[in-house]
Amino acid sequence: MKRIFFVLSTLSLLGLLQWGVTTLLLDGPIRQGPYYYQILILAGINIVLAVSLNLTNGIAGQFSIGHAGFFAVGAYMAASVSYYAGPAIRGLVGFLPLAGQDAAVLLLALAAAALATALAGLLVGIPSLRLRGDYLAIVTLGFGEIIRVLILNIDAVGGARGFSGIPKLSNFFWVYLLVAAVIATVGNLLRSSYGRAFIAIRENEIAAQAMGIDVTRHKVLAFVISSMFAGMAGCLFGHYTMYLHTNSFTFVKSFEIIIMIAIGGLGSIEGAVLGAVLLTVLPEAFRGFESYRMIIYSLALILIMIYRPQGILGQASVLKRLGARMAARRSAQGNVPVTAPAADGGNGG
Amino acid sequence: MAAPLGAPETAEGSLKESIRLRAGNFANTSDPNPKQRPHMFFPNQKKRRNVVSVLLATAFLSGLIACNKKDSANQSSNDILIGHYGSLTGATATFGQSAQKGIEMAIDAINASGGVLGRKLKVIVEDDQGKPEEAQTVATKLISKDRVVALLGEIASSNSLAAAPVAQASRIPMISPGSTNPKVTQVGDYIFRVCFIDPFQGLVMAKFATNTLKLKNVAVLRDIKSDYSVGLANFFVENFGKMGGAIVTDVSYSQGDKDFTAQLTAIKAKHPDGIFIPGYYTEVGLIALQARKLGITVTLLGGDGWDSSDLWKIGGTALNGCYYSNHYSVDDPSPILRKFVADFTERYRKTGDTIPDAMAALGYDAALILADAMKRANSAQPDSVRLALAQTKGFMGVTGSISLDEHRDAVKPAVVLEVKVDEKGNGRNVFKESVSP
Repeated sequence: MKRIFFVLSTLSLLGLLQWGVTTLLLDGPIRQGPYYYQILILAGINIVLAVSLNLTNGIAGQFSIGHAGFFAVGAYMAASVSYYAGPAIRGLVGFLPLAGQDAAVLLLALAAAALATALAGLLVGIPSLRLRGDYLAIVTLGFGEIIRVLILNIDAVGGARGFSGIPKLSNFFWVYLLVAAVIATVGNLLRSSYGRAFIAIRENEIAAQAMGIDVTRHKVLAFVISSMFAGMAGCLFGHYTMYLHTNSFTFVKSFEIIIMIAIGGLGSIEGAVLGAVLLTVLPEAFRGFESYRMIIYSLALILIMIYRPQGILGQASVLKRLGARMAARRSAQGNVPVTAPAADGGNGG
Repeated sequence: MAAPLGAPETAEGSLKESIRLRAGNFANTSDPNPKQRPHMFFPNQKKRRNVVSVLLATAFLSGLIACNKKDSANQSSNDILIGHYGSLTGATATFGQSAQKGIEMAIDAINASGGVLGRKLKVIVEDDQGKPEEAQTVATKLISKDRVVALLGEIASSNSLAAAPVAQASRIPMISPGSTNPKVTQVGDYIFRVCFIDPFQGLVMAKFATNTLKLKNVAVLRDIKSDYSVGLANFFVENFGKMGGAIVTDVSYSQGDKDFTAQLTAIKAKHPDGIFIPGYYTEVGLIALQARKLGITVTLLGGDGWDSSDLWKIGGTALNGCYYSNHYSVDDPSPILRKFVADFTERYRKTGDTIPDAMAALGYDAALILADAMKRANSAQPDSVRLALAQTKGFMGVTGSISLDEHRDAVKPAVVLEVKVDEKGNGRNVFKESVSP
């Protein structure tokens, strides 16, 4: 009951926000609205990518650098569904109003993207997750490149011309619904026995195996879930930009996602969110520097890495720390004097 | 997500909690590596953190200030704002930079002669790093934040295709200086271009190969990663076949490749009398070098992607006697062009870029046509400018006489150039012939 209430309230909150964002930014009085809206959407998509990659790289400790490959699979799969099967789907649900038809097409495209990328994750994961460290990194990097070259050679999705003519179905509501979904999934997973197994594998694979954890199965599970969300992010990306080109899915994109989670704090969900937002907003905020922009942006990244090698938020969960601090304060207000502040914010990680 | 709500608190409970927390906290601070050296510059942890936050805050603030400064400068003046988005960095950086040089020159020339409608033109340029989604973001920024009345850009078709829907939806006219893919202007009636399209370039080279060079058997080596190369190769193959020639083999490479021996060996085995390579200059230079090393001496043919002074530096003498189609020739005797070349040399001598390439010339023409449309419309309103642009007929630009057809594509002649490079890598393109539509 509580869960249903929670889901419903999230949906209505997002709906309300969607209405607010649209009236304020797109049709409304704010001069730079559409620009902010664009950044908001791209930040949302990057959050999904970062939080999902964090499951493999930060929580299960497997160094994958092929996330852009799954992003591409999802984007192209979903785009072809709505481009080729879109009119047929609309015909089937013709009784619905236009917005409902849009939602039906997008949901089907999302499902197709999720299925296709989960399958791709399984296919790549089963053989390659038996490898460790550098080897896994190389295999995933190779996968990302293979996907890109494959897409370049498929004429039905535009090949090297790029895929144009994708309907604009995704918006703030869908993107942030996916953000909520990925955070809820990864967060719940982290608190479950699966999550504990992932962390055990990250900390020491041999010890985890000795404790009776099926290491490969858990690694593949983390990998499949993470690639599935990347695929769904791809779906919303393609349906927002209305044009897909393989230049958006190079290994540079994979590294960008890795930088997001490294900047935010490897293994922390809030860190991944913060990293994604920072890496989307910073290059835009630095536009004032004109041609020095990318230098200053890189400099900012280097500075963060020098002074916060564990990421801005470190590994510990901010929410947990806040909770702990509040509990400590409460007890301090009671009859027990507390001298040292509990859970100092600086020593995480 | 269904975390239990806080359990009822008792004094004892909270006491235990706080003890547990303090123990945990203690465990946390005890470093696994206690003998860690103090930091070089900031031995004090707290101080170090402060320094970092101050640095980051300064970076942020200066960024914001820089942005705001730009904003207020835009608002206060009475200038007509035009946006240019291009790849100023990235793999095709010379395209964006050249186009920007041409645009700057054109805008300065227009402003020097009194501007448009009594107001001065001002270009706001943004870098898209050659990435499609960046191009879209930047176009959105120029339209909504800077409030430009028209957009100029991009050279690469993939970036134009990503940004065009934004311009179309915002009803802001966009003129692409150099995107030759037919799909670009099909996005909508606000999208124009001042260059010819791939089918025409394919036709020109097929005509040239058949009629002038009398080639019968041609091999095609295309860049599978580039929409431009694939499209151009297709149109060449189609037209060359119609004119009675034969394509003996059709192989491909990928942008960024360094070694083309495998493809060239396969081509050599078929004994063609010419090779059509519609790629970009970086790879074409390497291909020419490697082909000559393998003993392939036949003529190499290409499109406007060859047009860069870097081609001569990479390919050197291996390129002598090769031909490519282009938007204009520096040798053209027309007075407008002579003046443009002289001005360009004068202005950019410092940067070592003395001869304008086609992208600079096209950028120049794109800006001039836009200004001309504003004058004819007697308005800088996007809608009026669009209508005037669509009626452009016989505009004399530096790349020839430009008319825009009903598909908003430029109808204009193409030139075929012969590459001549000396031992030191100093090159020259010699005007061979002009092919009209």
